[in-house]
Parts: sequence; structure tokens; C-alpha cells
Amino acid sequence: MTGRCPTIFVRPVLAVVAACLALLAAGPLMAAGDGRAPKSPGFSFQGPFGTYDRAELQRGFQVYQEVCATCHALKYFAFRNLRSIGFDEMQAKAIAAQYEVTDGPDEEGEMFERPAVLADYMPAPFANDNAARAANNGSLPPDLSLIVKARAGGEDYVFSLLTGYEDPPADVELGEGMSYNPYYDGSQIAMPPPLVEDGVEYADGTKASVERMARDVTTFLTWAAEPEMEARKRMGIKVMTFLVLLTVLLYMVKRKVWRDVH
Amino acid sequence: MSSPGSGNRIVQWIEYRLPIFSWLDHSVGSGYPAPKNLNYLWNMGSLAGAALVIQIVTGIVLAMHYVPHGDMAFDSVEHIMRDVNYGWLIRYIHANGASMFFLVVYIHVFRGLYYGSYKYPRELLWWIGLAIMLLMMATAFMGYVLPWGQMSFWAATVITNLFSAIPLIGDPIVTWLWGGFAVDSPTLQRFFSLHYLLPFVIAGVVIVHIWALHTHGSNNPAGIDVKGPQDTIPFNPYYTVKDLLGLGVFLIVFAYWVFYNPNYLGHPDNYIPANPLQTPPHIVPEWYLLPYYAILRAIPDKLGGVVAMGAAIGVLFLIPWLDTSRVRSATFRPIYRQFYWILIADILVLGWVGANPPEGHFILIGQLATAYYFLHFIVIMPFVGWFETPRQLPDSIATSVLDKGGGVDSAKEGAQ
Ligand code: HEC
Ligand code: HEM
Repeated sequence: MTGRCPTIFVRPVLAVVAACLALLAAGPLMAAGDGRAPKSPGFSFQGPFGTYDRAELQRGFQVYQEVCATCHALKYFAFRNLRSIGFDEMQAKAIAAQYEVTDGPDEEGEMFERPAVLADYMPAPFANDNAARAANNGSLPPDLSLIVKARAGGEDYVFSLLTGYEDPPADVELGEGMSYNPYYDGSQIAMPPPLVEDGVEYADGTKASVERMARDVTTFLTWAAEPEMEARKRMGIKVMTFLVLLTVLLYMVKRKVWRDVH
Repeated sequence: MSSPGSGNRIVQWIEYRLPIFSWLDHSVGSGYPAPKNLNYLWNMGSLAGAALVIQIVTGIVLAMHYVPHGDMAFDSVEHIMRDVNYGWLIRYIHANGASMFFLVVYIHVFRGLYYGSYKYPRELLWWIGLAIMLLMMATAFMGYVLPWGQMSFWAATVITNLFSAIPLIGDPIVTWLWGGFAVDSPTLQRFFSLHYLLPFVIAGVVIVHIWALHTHGSNNPAGIDVKGPQDTIPFNPYYTVKDLLGLGVFLIVFAYWVFYNPNYLGHPDNYIPANPLQTPPHIVPEWYLLPYYAILRAIPDKLGGVVAMGAAIGVLFLIPWLDTSRVRSATFRPIYRQFYWILIADILVLGWVGANPPEGHFILIGQLATAYYFLHFIVIMPFVGWFETPRQLPDSIATSVLDKGGGVDSAKEGAQ
């Protein structure tokens, strides 16, 4: 029995691992977009121990605020979330107060504008989808709160898209108001290149290269899509450690109980 | 093991009035003898039960915060993810739990297929199991609609539209299913209602499944009947501890997906709110339904596709007769065993085809794989059973175990 038990145990584990690998392999087969395969620049939050870099998050928020927010909403982002990306309460309140939100009705029954507070959500740039289309050549800039989860390739895709604008090849005729971006499905995108060298002046003095801004805003958008990621991975380590220890104990109990079976 | 509850007065008091302890003992206790040679593939049943319980518990918590309305469902799921305490955990467990549930149930079914567990006297047990599988598919499909993302909406549209293939009354049926003239909030609301209901129906059918199981006991890797006490060991403690060990391994795999890759098995389009005006380029179901989807699309005719998809599962109901061999376990069937693995490969190919758009060579591969799937059950199974010479069966489970040096391992048998 003794020499055999580990082999007995290994085979089902291998089977389960193989099944999971098969599932893993199935993913890329399904995520078949038509754009160019995205670059993988490597982000601090990737991997089982990855965390968001607070400075990147805050710079990324600034890029969103000063560039993307002209066209894109971020409807699941509340100003209180600024605390979670490393701003202190005063800073968060000050940022919120830069925005006006509609409130009401007041005692006279009128709606009124007031500066935003931490409980408010980021206001959208356009009153509705039609207004957004009208201002963007008929194309709708999608809400960015979930964009990283809503695209195959996730953060790599968003980063590649933002840094992937090129001159169109000779045989490609661009439509009215379109730009050429091979990472986009169909390569013609209605979003003009949003990032230009020194497009923002970073509060922390970092040089605002296109690559830097793309990285920062992608990190921020990943946070917006997965604010729970750090908590999730932290909990995952504890849960995994516990389960592995428990399983090892169960394995030893099982061997002991089964020792006399022939 | 001592008789249940002996000694404890409270236990005796209850046992006298409601013999629940002896019932438990005969179900999963020392009073339930199980073949001593079961391998780890026999863990999948208890794991499926665990997965069902996990789905029900997390589902009930989700339902406390979820809003089944077309205008609010997507936002309510994001509310769960962002604002509800540990809502992300509950939702990721539920979403990945469906995949884990299907993973173990599929292994469970293919275990039965390999070891001939569908044969006399377990035909009803097999059918009840297939009924559970069908109910799971319906439940998971309707659950996938609930977050009301793009894939939710379009999967609902594609699948409900299949009913329009029914001659004459197809269109009225679809309208009736939708509760309107398109997939919309009424459809979502009824799917939610049924998604809440069906898991409890599954739980009920599981009880009948186990009842049938306990009538003749488990099959085993040797596929021969239990001949006496020397062939069995009491369920408790042997299989309780083994099932718990399996549960530990299962939870590790489960936790990997939940904590480190929670969206991998889903489709990114489901994070885009449902939009009836914009069809996604590729509408695909979740991985566990891909092979059926491939069969559906392999037939160029809509009604034909639906019939083929139904027949793909229907044929599984018939295998107690389609398999003509008197030997249960494929371990002792040298020819059939090879066809078994070809079938597995064929089903994986079907899944791969189902994940891809129906164009180019995928069409032909899908059709060939579909044809082979039916060929396996309708032609190969009966003919191999008639013409194959099975290997010598062991005299008893006890001797089969002794021959192999006292293990519970079946895969070694091939090397004899
Ligand atoms: C001038 C308006 C404008 C600005 C500024 C802008 N976008 Fe866009 N964006 C658009 C439009 C319009 C689309 C839709 C493109 C289409 O449908 O072809 C879009 C689409 C996108 C997409 C989705 C692409 C896809 O795969 O569908 C992403 C991601 C994106 N923008 C990110 C950003 C980021 C990040 C910023 C800020 C750095 C930004 N955008 C700034 C107008 C803008
Ligand atoms: C057989 C057991 C079950 C299976 C296989 C199953 C499967 C699923 C699936 C695949 C989803 C979509 C997950 C996603 O992508 O977000 C889902 C969602 C949901 N399920 Fe279940 N489920 C089961 C049991 C239950 C039960 C018993 C309940 C409630 C009482 C429930 C309530 C919900 C709710 C509220 C949602 C929507 C929230 C969400 O999408 O995360 N489920 N289910």
C-alpha cells in the first residue's frame, strides 16, 4: 500500500489539471477577434501577487479626467472610490467639488446643480447616447468602467489600442473621421488618437509620454473594472494555503484509514 | 462501527421516533457496503452534490441583491460586484461554480460510459442522471441570461428562436416563451423565476438518483457484481474520507478560478450591457454547451439541427440497448476501449468547432465530427459488442484487487 498510494493520488490530480488546461486552451480559441494580437507590456497588477501601483492609478485617473472624460463616461466610478486609489479625504473631496451634478427636487420642486460630493458618481460627458453619437461622427464612445473586462485581451488590448495608431497602409481607404489602428477589430476606429506627447501635465511631475499615459490610464481603467482585485488575490492566498494544508491532512487520514484494505 | 446512536440517550430518543440515524447509516454510513475497488472517478458524484449545494447557497445570496428587470439587471450585478460586502466573491463562486459543476458531472457521466454503469440493473439510474444533466443545462442557460449582458441577451435570442423550428406552432410558442415579440424584460423575469426553481427540482431528482443507486449499489472499475462481504467495505469511514479528500482537491481547483482567473471561463461580451440593436460578431454559449452547439450548426436546416442536438442527448438514453456487450467495464474490452477514446476526442473536436464561427473548414469538420458521434453510438457500439472477444473477467472484486497487489487502482489492469 505505502508505495502505491501517492501514484493513486497523483493520477486524479493530473486528470483534473489536464481538464483545467483543456479549459484554459479553450479560451484563446473563443476570443477570436479580428484585430492584431495585443502587446503585453507587463503590468504591476498582473500575476497572483500583483497589486496596483497607487501613483500609476492616480496619474491614470488624471489622464481619464483630462482626456478621455471629454467623450467617455465612467458610470460605476464614485468619487468615494478616489480614496481607494490613494487620495486622502481632502483631495478626494476637492476633486469631487470640481464637478457639478444635478440634484433635487428642492422644496420648490425645482432641480438644481450643486458641486459633487464623495457619494456622487462621475457625471457623464453627454446627456444621452444620441448626444454622444452626434458629437462623435455617429459613433458611440463606450462607457469605460468595464472596458477592460469587456474586451478580449483586457488591459493588454486597451494599452495596445491607445498606443497602436499608425498611418494607414497604401491600400486602405479611411472612412470620414476614421483613424487607422490595427489592434481594433476592422482596423478603422472612430476615436481619434487620444494621447499625444505631453497631453497632460502630471501632478507628480512624471514625464507624460504616450506610453506612460497609456500605461497609467490602462491601470486606472483596470481598477475601475476590477476594484476588488487586490482583496481577491490576498484572500486567494489565504484560502489556497488553508485548502492545501487541509487536503494534505485529509490525504494522510485517508491513507491511515485505508491501510488495512486489500 | 457500532450501531447508530448507541449509548447517547438523545440520539436513542429521536431514533425510536424517527429512525433518521439508522437511515443515515444505511445511506452513507458504516451500514452501507460499497465495492472496495472504486477508483477516484467515483468521487465525482459526491463532488457534483457539493457543487449543487454551493450553487444553491451562493444563488440565494445573489438573489437577495439581484434585480430581474431589463433596465436594472446589469446594474444590479455590478452593484453586487462593487457595493455588496464580498458580493464579488459570491458572484465569482456562482459563475465559476456552474463550470465546476459541469466539469465534475461530465467526468461522472464519462466514467459511467467507460465502466458500463448504464447496464442492467442500473438503466433507470442512468436515465435519471441524464435527466439531471438536462435540467442543469436548462438552469445554467437561464442563469447565464440573468446578468443581461450582450451574450446573455443574444444567447437567449438564439436558443429561444430554436423553438420556431417546430412546424406550424413554432412561432406562437416562441412568442409565448418570450412573453412578447422579442427577448425582453418579461423573458428575463421568467428566466429568473425558473432559474431559482430548477435547482431545487434538481435536488429532488438527485434524491431519486441516489435511491436508485442504493438499490443495487455502485458499479465498480471491474464492472462485475459484488458477490459477498469480502468484496465490500463500509462506506464510512472508507469512502467518506476518500470523498472528503476529493472535495479538498476539488476546492483547490475551484478556488484557483474564483480567486485568480474569475472571468476566464466567461465571455468578455457579457460585460457589455444587452443591446437588442447590436448583434455580437460571434454568439457562443459557455464551454459546457459548445459540443451541442456544434451539432446544432452542423445541420444546414434549422429543424434538422434542433433534432440532431436533441438526438445527441437522446441517444445516450438508448445505450443500455445499443451496447450489446455482456461485459460492463471497458477495461476488459480491448476494441471498445479504443473507440471510447476516439469518441472523447471527437467530442473535444466538437467543442472546438462550437467555439468557432461556422465558416471555412470548421463547417466540414463539424459535420464529420457530428456524423462520427452518432456513428459511435448507433453502429460501433452494437457491432463491437457483438464481435469483440472480451478479456477474461476476474472471479470477484476481492480477487481482482488481490491480483493487483491490494490497491484500488484500475488503470493498471491494462498492463496485465
Ligand atoms: C474625441 C472623443 C474621444 C476621446 C477623447 C477618447 N475616445 Fe475612446 N472612443 C471614442 C469613440 C468615438 C469610440 C468608439 C470607436 C468606434 O466605434 O469606432 C471610442 C472607443 C474607445 C474604446 C473601445 C474600443 C473598442 O474595442 O471598441 C476604448 C478602450 C477607448 N475608446 C479608450 C479611450 C481612452 C482610454 C481615452 C483617453 C485616453 C479615450 N478613449 C479618449 C472617442 C474618444
Ligand atoms: C444548478 C444550479 C445552478 C447553476 C448551474 C447556476 C448557474 C448560473 C449561471 C451560469 C449564472 C450566470 C453567472 C454569470 O455569468 O454572472 C447564474 C446567475 C445567477 N444565479 Fe444561478 N445557478 C444555479 C443555482 C441558482 C440558485 C438556486 C439561485 C437562487 C436562488 C441562483 C441565482 C442566480 C442569480 C440571482 C444570478 C444572477 C447574478 C449573476 O449573474 O451573477 N442560481 N447562475
